[in-house]
This record gives sequence, C-alpha cells and structure tokens, in this order.
Amino acid sequence: MNSQTIKISARHVDVHYDKTHAIKDVSVEIPSNSVTAFIGPSGCGKSTFLRCLNRMNDTIESCQVSGDILLDGENIYDPKVDPVQLRAKIGMVFQKPNPFPKSIYDNVAYGPRIHGLAQGKSDLDALVEQALRRAAIWEEVKDRLSAPGTGLSGGQQQRVCIARAIATAPEVLLMDEPCSALDPIATAQIEELIDELRQNYAVVIVTHSMHQAARVSQKTAFFHMGTLVEFGDTKTIFTNPTDPRTEGYITGRIG
Amino acid sequence: MIEPNPYKSLFAASAQNKRRAAAEKRFHRLGLAAIFVGLSMLAILMTTIVTKGSGAFQQSFITLDVALLEAKLDKKGTRDLDNLKKVTTFGYAPLIKVAFEQVVVARGIETDLTSKDMAAIVSKSAAAQMRDCVLNDPGLIGTTAEFKFLANSWIDGYLKGRVTRETIANNKNVSIAQLDFADQLIELGIIGKSFNIQFILGADASDQRPEDAGIGVAIIGSFAMMCVVLLLALPIGVASSIYLEEFAPKNRLTDFIEVNIANLAAVPSIVFGILGLAIFINTMHLPQSAPVVGGLVLTLMTLPTLIISTRAALKAVPPSIRSAALGVGASKMQSTFHHVLPLAAPGILTGTILGLAQALGETAPLLLIGMIGYVATNMPETVSQGLLSPNSAMPAQIYEWAKRADPAFYERAWGGIIILLIFLVTMNLIAVTLRRRFEQRW
Amino acid sequence: MPTYILILMVIALALLGFWLGKRKVNLAAASLHSLPVHYATYVLLMTIFPAALTLVIWSLAAPWLLHEQGLTLPNTNDPVAQADAALKSIVVIIVAVVSLFFAMQKVSPKFRARNVVEKFILAALLICAALAVLTTVGIVVSMVFETAHFLNLHSWKDFFFGLAWSPNFHGDSALSILPLLWGTLYISCVALLVAVPVGLLSAIYLSEYASSFIRSIAKPLLEILAGIPTIVYGLFALLTFGPFLRDLFGPEGFFSVGWMSDARSVATAGIVMGIMLIPFVSSLSDDIINAVPQSLRDGSFGLGATRSETIKHVLLPAALPGIVGAILLAASRAIGETMIVVLGAGAIARFTGNPLEALTTVTTRIVSQLTGDGDFNSPETLVAFALGLTLFVLTLGLNIFALYYVRKYREQYE
Ligand SMILES: Nc1ncnc2c1ncn2[C@@H]1O[C@H](COP(=O)(O)OP(=O)(O)O)[C@@H](O)[C@H]1O
Ligand SMILES: [Mg+2]
Repeated sequence: MNSQTIKISARHVDVHYDKTHAIKDVSVEIPSNSVTAFIGPSGCGKSTFLRCLNRMNDTIESCQVSGDILLDGENIYDPKVDPVQLRAKIGMVFQKPNPFPKSIYDNVAYGPRIHGLAQGKSDLDALVEQALRRAAIWEEVKDRLSAPGTGLSGGQQQRVCIARAIATAPEVLLMDEPCSALDPIATAQIEELIDELRQNYAVVIVTHSMHQAARVSQKTAFFHMGTLVEFGDTKTIFTNPTDPRTEGYITGRIG
Repeated sequence: MIEPNPYKSLFAASAQNKRRAAAEKRFHRLGLAAIFVGLSMLAILMTTIVTKGSGAFQQSFITLDVALLEAKLDKKGTRDLDNLKKVTTFGYAPLIKVAFEQVVVARGIETDLTSKDMAAIVSKSAAAQMRDCVLNDPGLIGTTAEFKFLANSWIDGYLKGRVTRETIANNKNVSIAQLDFADQLIELGIIGKSFNIQFILGADASDQRPEDAGIGVAIIGSFAMMCVVLLLALPIGVASSIYLEEFAPKNRLTDFIEVNIANLAAVPSIVFGILGLAIFINTMHLPQSAPVVGGLVLTLMTLPTLIISTRAALKAVPPSIRSAALGVGASKMQSTFHHVLPLAAPGILTGTILGLAQALGETAPLLLIGMIGYVATNMPETVSQGLLSPNSAMPAQIYEWAKRADPAFYERAWGGIIILLIFLVTMNLIAVTLRRRFEQRW
Repeated sequence: MPTYILILMVIALALLGFWLGKRKVNLAAASLHSLPVHYATYVLLMTIFPAALTLVIWSLAAPWLLHEQGLTLPNTNDPVAQADAALKSIVVIIVAVVSLFFAMQKVSPKFRARNVVEKFILAALLICAALAVLTTVGIVVSMVFETAHFLNLHSWKDFFFGLAWSPNFHGDSALSILPLLWGTLYISCVALLVAVPVGLLSAIYLSEYASSFIRSIAKPLLEILAGIPTIVYGLFALLTFGPFLRDLFGPEGFFSVGWMSDARSVATAGIVMGIMLIPFVSSLSDDIINAVPQSLRDGSFGLGATRSETIKHVLLPAALPGIVGAILLAASRAIGETMIVVLGAGAIARFTGNPLEALTTVTTRIVSQLTGDGDFNSPETLVAFALGLTLFVLTLGLNIFALYYVRKYREQYE
C-alpha cells in the first residue's frame, strides 16, 4: 500500500545543547500518508528530535546535530541544502498557538506570499480559503478574514496556525503538542482534523497524552531520556510493548 | 489550489529561492554595515581624541640662566619683602632680554632678532614666575639662577608641528626669524619638550597664554560638585526608592510620583540649568559659579536616573528574603533596612557610580549657572576655598577652551577630554567590577 | 550666636535626649514594647524636629516680615539683625528643651515607640519621593513666572508668530521662536535620519544575526558611545567633523562647490548628534525586539521564511509601537540636546533648507541669552525662560507619548 512508503528516514541522530546530550543515536523511519506519534516523559527529547526534522534547531546557537536525516532520499543536513526550502516542504505547528499580529487572511497568506505560490490576488484568495477549509476553520472565520488573528479563541488560533502551515503546501506536517494549550472540545476538533490531514501529508505529532497517540496515530515512537526505546505500529506499542520501559510508561509507572 | 510545493528537490534551488537568498544576504550585510558604522564612529572619535589631545601633556620649555640684578629688583638693597613686592612683573621682564643677549653671545647663536623679539618667544607668564621665585627666596637677588620658562604657544606649536613656516606667513605673533632662532636653541638643548604637570594641576590662564592653561582647578571644581551630588542624591534617591518599591500604596499619588520620575529622567539637562538659575541663584541668592549650586543642579538632574536604578536593585532582591524577615517578627521597616537594603547595596552603588559619571560629564546646566568663570587661583587655594567660591568644572573648562580663538587652546580642550574620559572610564570600570563581583542570581 | 552653633546645640540636646530616653526604659523593670533604641530615637527625633522646624520657619519668615515693615537684614552687625539672631536662638532652644521634656514624659515601657519612629521614617521616605514632584513643580513655576514676566515686556504675537530673531539693545528686538524651532527640528531630523537606520539595524543585527560572542563584544562597545559626554561630541563637531565637511563642500574644498562657508552647519551638528543617538536607539530597540516572543519567530521560520523575511514581515510589525516609542524618545533627546548644537550648529537664526548652512536652535539661544551680561529684567534675557518652557513642554509631551507607547507595547507581551 502507498501509505507505507518512507517519507523521512533518520539515521543515528545525536543532538547536543552545549553539554546536554539531548538525543542519543536515534533512528526512525516515518511513512507518508499516516500519522506518527512521538511519546515519552517530559524532557526526553521529543521536541528536540521533531525540530531536527525541519532543521528548526539551526536557529538555536548552542544546538549541534549529527547523523543523517533523509527526506525522500535526500539528506536534509547536506551543506548545499537551504533550510528555508526544506521548511517549505515540512510545515510545523507549535505547542502554543502563535498567530502573527496580523489579520487572519495575512496569517494564512504569509507562506504563499514569501514562497511565491500564488499568481495574483484571486489565486491567493482561493488558496487561503482552501487552507482554511482544510483546517476546518473556514466557516468560523470567513466573515472576518481581516480581523486580527490574535483575537480568536485558543482552538481557533491553533487551527488558523494549521491552515497557515497547510497553505505553504508542505509534504510533511510536524506538530509539537498542538493540543496542550487547548480545551477538550478544541482538542477533539484538532484530532479529527489530524486524521483528515493524513490523506495528503505525512503527519508527525508530539504528544504527552498516550490516549491522544492511540487515537490519532498509526505509528508510535517512545522516547526516554534522549533514546528511542521503541518504535512500531501504535496498536502493537499500546497492546504488546516489547520494552519494559514502554510498558512502564503506558501503564503510568514512568513519567 | 494548493499546488504541490514548487521546490522539487532540496538541491534544486528555484529562481524564486535564489532571489530570496540574495535578499537575505543583502539584509544581513546591511545589519553588518550598521554595526560597522557605529563601531568605526567610536574608533574615529577615540583616535581623534588621543591624537589631538596627547600634545597637551607635553610642553616646550626654555631653560635660561637669568641674572637677578640687584639694581633692577632691589634698588635699596634692603631685601625688605614689602619693598620687593613693589617691583611688578614689568620690573622683571627686562631680565629675560638680558639673559637672551648673554646666551646669544655665549653660545655663538647667529640671529638678527632684537632682544625684545628674542624674549617674546618666552611665555608671558615668565616674569611672574621669576617674581614668585624671588619673593619666595630674596637671597637669590644678585645671583644668577637657572629658570625653566614655558615657551609661548607658537614656539610650542612649532615644536609639536602645529605651527609651520607656511602657516604663520601673516602672523603678527611670531615671525620666521623667531622660528629660525628657536631652531638653534633646540639644537643647543635650550628649548625642549617635557611632561607638563602644570596642565593636570594648574589653573586656566588668560587667552594670551594658552601654554600656561591647566585643568587642575576645574578638576577640583568637578570633584566638589560630585561630593555634593553624592551626599544629596544618594540618601534622597535611596529613600525615595525604598518608599516607592517597598511601602508605597497603589494609589493615584504613587502613580503620579512614578510618572513624574520617569518623565524627569528624560527632561533635557539644560532645563535643570534654567531651574538652578531661577531658583538657586535668582531666588535663593546662592553665589553664582559656585560648586555648591552646580552640585545642587546636578543632584536634581541625577536623582531620577538614580531612583530608577536603585528601584531595579531593590526589585532584584527576591520576596522570599522579605517574607523570611517578616516571618521572624521583624517589622516591615526592619526587614527593609536590615535585610533588603544590604542585599541591594552593590546594585545601588553601581547605579550611583554610573549616575555620578553621567553628572560629571554634563555641561549645559553648568553654563547657565556661570561655572565657566576664569579662575585665577592656583592649586592650594582652590582646595581650601571650597564649595561657595566661584569655580569651573572639567566639561565647562573644555567648552571655554573650545570657544577661544587661539587654536593652541584646542589642544588643551582635547587634552581635557582625555582627562575627563579617564575619570569616566575609571568610574565605569569600578561599577562593572562591582557588578561582576556581587552579581547574585537567586 | 551663629546659626551653626545653634544647630550644634540642638543636636547636643537631642543626643542628651537619646541617652535619657534609653536610660529611662533601661531602668524600668517592666517588659518593653519596643527595643530601647526605639525609645531613644523617639526622644531624639522629638527634640530635633520641632526645633528644626522653628529654625527654618523663623529664618524664612523673619526677613520677609521685616521687609514688610520696611526693614532689611543687611549684615550680622546690624542691631536689628543681632536682635533677630538672639531671639531666634532663644526661641529655638526653648522649643527643643520643651519638646525634649514632653517626649521624656511619653516614654514608658508600654509606649509603642517603634511604631511612632517607623511612622516618622516613613514620612521622611515619602517626602524624599515627593521631591521629584517638587522638582517638576519648581521647573514649571520658575519658568512660568519668568515667561509671564517676559510676555509682559514683549509682544506674544512676535514671540509665537514672528519670523525673525535678532536681539539688540535698542529695545526693539525681534524675538520669535519660529526660526529657532525650525533650526531645532531640522537638526533633530538630520540626527534621526542618521541614528534611526543605523541604530535600528544594529539592534536587529545584534539580536537576530550576531553570535553571542560578537554580541558580547559589539554591544558594550556601542554603548560606550552613549557614555561619552556631549561636550566631546560638540568638540568633535566643531573641530573635526565640521572642518572635514568644509574641506569637502567649501569654496576651496575637494568638490570645489562652495556650498559651505562655515564649519558649523545643520549637517555638522545633525550628523554628530546622530552618532550620539545611535546607541540610544539601538539599546531601546534591542529591548523592544527582544520582547517579541520567540514563538512568533519560530512560527515564521517554521513556514520557511528567511531571517530577513521574518524580521521585515513579523518582528518589525509586531514591535512597531515600541519602536515608535523609542524613536520619539530619541527625538526628545535630540530636541533638548545642547552642547553639540552650541558648538556645531552656528548662531544664525533663519529659515534655510540648505543642510550645509549654519542655523541656530532653541537650546543654543537659551545658553547665549543667559550667559551674556544682559540685564535680568530685559526681554532679551527673559526670553530664555520662555524658550525653556517651550522646550520643556515639547520634550515632556514627546516623553509622555513615548512612555505610554512603550508601556502599552510591553503589556501586550507580558
Ligand atoms: N534551547 C535549549 N538549550 C539547552 N537545552 C535544551 C534546549 N531545549 C531543550 N533542551 C534540553 O534538551 C532536553 C530535551 O528537551 P525537549 O526536547 O524540549 O524535551 P520534550 O519536548 O520531550 O519535553 C531537555 O533536557 C532540555 O533541558
Ligand atoms: Mg516539548
């Protein structure tokens, strides 16, 4: 089946922040058209590893990444690769909704504008609408596209941020605890959305809620103190973990 | 439609992407250029100060043997001090001419200059210098004594390269023949440059004698003002900060005071000068040009900044210290004075030194309260005259020199800046060291 | 009796009170409400305070009262002055002794000395804090009175709407603020044109591009520029930068264009003032840019924006109110700057648009009108107070506006 082609493959990745060894020799293969969840106790390196996948760690001065990460077979850490171009292919949604202090429209149009994805105003309008629709927020904001994005509720803001990421036409969507700042209703909406996004993107989601991982993901990776303890089908991990640490975490003894 | 991303392969940069990368590079260069502009301005400023000002610390001296003729200085031969005092500097001036005539003969110098023109290369302060010396020791009369006179500013400028034969073509104060004469004296070692302690310790001189002007008296004036500022601004500033930070209730009055302080900190310094003139001098009739008035004005000017930095220091003391003190039964007042204040002291001190440094360099308000008087008194008197008699201050003295017509004073002005900056750098270094030493993170 | 001896005597009485107060509670066997030192301090303060108050009021009121009756206090040998001094000393000493006595009466183990002393200290602290307000009041009052005096002697129409500034001694001076304001604003604009781009770009570079190593070197170096006294910049303008400009644009200059006759000009003062303001703008902007949350930068980078795109499209718009505030503060600095314009701008009041010509400003005229030998009641001197008041109002307005902007901006991200 198509959904099992490998989109991103990370091999022997190590990450250091000055003296902290945050990721220790992690290798993972992320399939396309499915949701992969990273779980693990707080501080185990989930965010760090996620940020390696689109080279967001380049913006942190002390962060040193080694190892290979391939996107469709191309090494994203090759010196010739422009991280800007890479991040256009791999969108990211953050823990806290972070709309720019601009209108909703401008927020969503930001990516297409800088990447030159739209020809003309009507094209851009269509693109914004489509992104907002895909992020399941169009109906709520279509009458106030010129209102500031910061004026929306938390859940709405997060969906605008997802729309913003989608509008850049990425192939992979990285989400770092996208629901942790949201209430249960907004969380349910976003989870539903993630399941739909799977049709078009490879989605990687960091979550500290095991239930969320079980609900939305097909693959799960369990991190513990910077190492990848176990990686496999979500069902297997939750019903039949091989590593005692995974079992401990899932049953609530670690973390 | 959301098209698939145009960047097919990570390694194939599109034209769009190349443009963006170029724009990025341009912007980066722009930022770098801005930093470069700022830093090169600093470099230019510093180089200018050092190259133009270092000359002030060297001065040309003329060493002459002068016969102190009894016939000129003490006709009666009584050596009575009151009588000696009746001989003014005019009585001494001819001795220098004589001394030059003798040197010319003795050392075989060839010159067409009259003895008057020869003597003119010596500073106008020379006669007074001899007179002071003789009044100090009347026994010298009748002997020949060696004197080290200041050369006048043109000859001094000639030795320092500021004055050349070309630049003095139409100059009434100095002639080419005098420069030729000076050349021979230099050859013979009679004129030479040496370290000029008088510049650091001495008083300003009239605009006829740039070579004799020093900044010492102004340093004392500045120092006196800083004492006033320290004595007034520190206690008042700390008291206000303690009140606002620890005791002030949240009400309109407090808000009003805070807004007031924030705005006062940004009021132009010259406005404080006007205030000083109107209140301290015109209304309270404090003496003009006195360091005490300057100190008061600078205190009012420094207070707001001092309060802001002191409050920051108090704020940095964690609330846990206060709760701990209150917990063992101390009153709020005791907790503040016994626990919070000592912990904030290094921060307060740092802020105070920086505030003083700022006050030390301030000029505009001093001009308005007249602290640019030409002060003739020399070193020991200035110190004892204290706060109420007229004085100058370092920046005001520099301003005074910058305004004078003779370019020889410019060298003094730059030299004065070097001294001022040495003071400021020292104060800032002390502040930085203090901060490093006592920096605490809770 | 000279005043300082009187003061010493009051202090001696107060110290005596300190000792007596301490002794009294120490001798009392009962348990004390406060520490002995509190009782002692109470007596000390109670002795000094009324006496000091009497002394101050007497010293201020006596000359005034005597003046009302046509008498003056010319010097200390005058019989009236001696009588005044003697009477003053006696009254002050009596006040001190009486208050010492009453304070001692109050002292007893149950007496809450600490609370009283602390109230006293608190009042003293409040008075110190209120001094800032007093300073403002002093500034306003002193300038308003003299300005009113000036407007009595000189037509306000000329001051506000005249077109010429030419003080003379014939009593028909033209004293209009407009040409001075023109000079002030022109030079300030030149200064901001230098300082804002350089300062803002430096701040952006330091906070967004520079490595922490570069930042740790370049930032303090730039801040040195802010610590240099303005007299240094003034001298630099007058003696180095002005002549340099004239060597380029003067009649015998490098370009032989003859656009500049004097070393002092708008450009001389404006550009040097701009250099002085660079660190001011950059450190304010640095604070403001750093206050923009990291999450906004992350959001923009995560969408594949370059740094410059992030700065231009996200950071600067987000920081705009704060930056506007910073620029207003810099403008207020430029308008009130004195030494650079006194030395570098010239003394000619006129409306010229040529940046290479000399112009004069409000602050330079304040200095020149108040440092001459002019009569203090002539409009030529008093105009300085009117100029000062205008300057104060102008800068205060800018500051209030700017601080409001900056505070609003800060609250947005707190
Ligand atoms: N910017 C940073 N600088 C230094 N250390 C960091 C930084 N970010 C994360 N770390 C460290 O890396 C480790 C992993 O952090 P993170 O990836 O945020 O964990 P998680 O997202 O799983 O909670 C932690 O020990 C954390 O302290
Ligand atoms: Mg995390």
